[in-house]
Amino acid sequence: MDTRIDHSVALAALVGQVSGEPAMGPHLVNEAMIVHWVEAMGDANPVYVDDAGAREVGLEGIIAPPTMLQAWVMVGLRATLERESARASGSAKSGEESANDTMMRLLDEEGFTSVVATNCEQDYDRPLVLGEQVAVQLTIEAISDVKTTGLGTGRFATTRYDFYVIPPSTERSGSAIAAEVASAERIGTMRFRILKFAPAPRSAPKPPRPLPSVTQDNAFFWEGLKDGELRIQRCTSCGTLRHTPLPGCGECQSLDWDWIVSAGAGEIYSHVTVHYPQVPSFDYPLPIGLIELDEGTRIVANLDMNPDDVKIGMRVQASIVAFDDELSLPVFAPVTA
Amino acid sequence: MSSHRFAGEVAIVGIGATEFSKASGRSELRLATEAVKAAIADAGITPDQVGGMVTYSSETNPDVDIARALGIGDLTFFSRIHYGGGAACATVQQAALAVDAGVADYVVCYRAFNERSGNRFGAGVQGRAPIANAEMAHLGSYMPVGLLTPASWVAMAAQRYMHVTGTTSADLANIAIADRKHAATNPKAWFYEQPITLEDHQASRWIVEPLRLLDCCQETDGAQAIVVTSLERARDLPNAPAVIRAAAQGSGKGQDMMTSYYRDDLCGLPEMAVVGEQLWGTSGLGPADMDAAILYDHFSPYVLYQLEELGFCGKGEAKDFIKDGRIEHGGALPLNLHGGQLGEAYLHGMNGIAEGVRQVRGTAVNQVEGLDRIVVTAGTGVPTSGLVLSSDA
Repeated sequence: MDTRIDHSVALAALVGQVSGEPAMGPHLVNEAMIVHWVEAMGDANPVYVDDAGAREVGLEGIIAPPTMLQAWVMVGLRATLERESARASGSAKSGEESANDTMMRLLDEEGFTSVVATNCEQDYDRPLVLGEQVAVQLTIEAISDVKTTGLGTGRFATTRYDFYVIPPSTERSGSAIAAEVASAERIGTMRFRILKFAPAPRSAPKPPRPLPSVTQDNAFFWEGLKDGELRIQRCTSCGTLRHTPLPGCGECQSLDWDWIVSAGAGEIYSHVTVHYPQVPSFDYPLPIGLIELDEGTRIVANLDMNPDDVKIGMRVQASIVAFDDELSLPVFAPVTA
Repeated sequence: MSSHRFAGEVAIVGIGATEFSKASGRSELRLATEAVKAAIADAGITPDQVGGMVTYSSETNPDVDIARALGIGDLTFFSRIHYGGGAACATVQQAALAVDAGVADYVVCYRAFNERSGNRFGAGVQGRAPIANAEMAHLGSYMPVGLLTPASWVAMAAQRYMHVTGTTSADLANIAIADRKHAATNPKAWFYEQPITLEDHQASRWIVEPLRLLDCCQETDGAQAIVVTSLERARDLPNAPAVIRAAAQGSGKGQDMMTSYYRDDLCGLPEMAVVGEQLWGTSGLGPADMDAAILYDHFSPYVLYQLEELGFCGKGEAKDFIKDGRIEHGGALPLNLHGGQLGEAYLHGMNGIAEGVRQVRGTAVNQVEGLDRIVVTAGTGVPTSGLVLSSDA
């Protein structure tokens, strides 16, 4: 049975709660940040950068790109990292824990320690113009039951961001911002959905395939494959090809040999599909063929095809596949007419 | 025409075995010791009379350990034979040669292992980097591809044979059905009282297509030993001798260990033809003279090959030969009356020799009435061996 910690009740109590005091953006809406944004986005619309262009379409001057909504309240990388590490180490004072922080902590405790953003929807009430001060208030809108996803088991959580314009000011406490927000004009909202999840246990990495036994007699064959060549031993006295490699020719008793490079074309002479036992280095069911090469020898090799489609007599062509630094093998696939 | 000098001059006089199980609960050496002790007792001799011991090169139990454990004295002949189950009947051949040459009077052949609870052959060849030598270079060339097990090595040949001869999986079932029928009435068999039907066979899972689970032999813990001496001495011993009419080894053209894939075709076992020529030539007998056969059955297809290579039927005809109960007890050529390695136990072929001896003595549980002659074979797909046994008449 599942013995994991379940914070369903505590999490349900967070839904609908406003998360902490509202936060004020560190900068007023300004031209420099807009320019960087549209450069990065590749957006050439003149209404974001050219006062005359904006007026031409009936605006009263430059407006900020609507999708920058959240950018105006972002505190920057360093402040974000400090806040995250305080939460992770538990050093954030309990009195400072927002509903969002609580939610994240409870989800961590449930074992859902990983996070991925899944959706972001924004609604805009009106455009922002230069010189405006943006503030944001977070509300926990939804926390799902435990779901099992492709990434792992966890909960989806949706936080609503309500954006307001408040009078510009340099120094204000959280409570002062809250007072302003209470009577301010809302200019947009964002729903940000995350999946907090326990990553599925990473399956053990597949061990490498077994290596061949390489001797002075057969090294040319295995080294050839590493060089991308399917080599077949040839008697230099009578020309007979032989595989697997041997130091002498059974036809003429010569000990002299070299090799040819096979074109890798042939037909399936016989084949099997291995089901058991299952060795972790391989995927099953595992089709293996005995290929009669056009040059006249046979070779045992993997087949890159559905096992049920393998037929004796089928035309196939080899590719040399590097499985790792130490092992390359010919793999045969059907020749399409 | 072969004519081996020892033929008809030597006999099997003792057999002994442990129980056949999936977990013996004791060492392989203990199993070997028990079986050799039982075989010596069955022969009616004493341990100090044993002068020779023969086993497989794949055996883990040294002859000298068994000799010390049983009070066997001076050994003047000791030998080991290679190629796995292909060694089975060759142990008896070597014993016969030694006895006939006067090198040893009584020779014990043995095989013991915990092949199910210990090192399982069916698990195949595994591990990243094999030793660099010629023996490993051959089998090692199939390891990176994933052709790792005896079942897979046999399946590659069998697929071609079935394609060429029109043999089907349901045809192969006749071997398993006959073996399991015989095992069902053999209390020593693992599958005692567990016969199977064609439907059982066809429903069994693929191991390596075209082989199903019920085409594959068991994995067994156990031991079997056999005592060989001269027919002259045998006549003074308590059991009726099983006379060795012929005993032969064979390796054929294009021979490899389990993977002779580069021969002109994959529909034969030329090494078994080499054995058969010697068996028939030496004994002066032929397939038609056999009252029964014990054909090595690690995997069902190679039983069909053997029927053809030994001349019981023509090439490609085995699928029809094995139909309609011909190979079952009461049929014209009952096969593997102990249940074979699919039904009784996988003892690397040695239990098949013991069954041959029981049939000749007339003491088998599935006794063929009036049996006089029986042929026994060893492991196939490898250099192999065979025997013709008969009563002393």
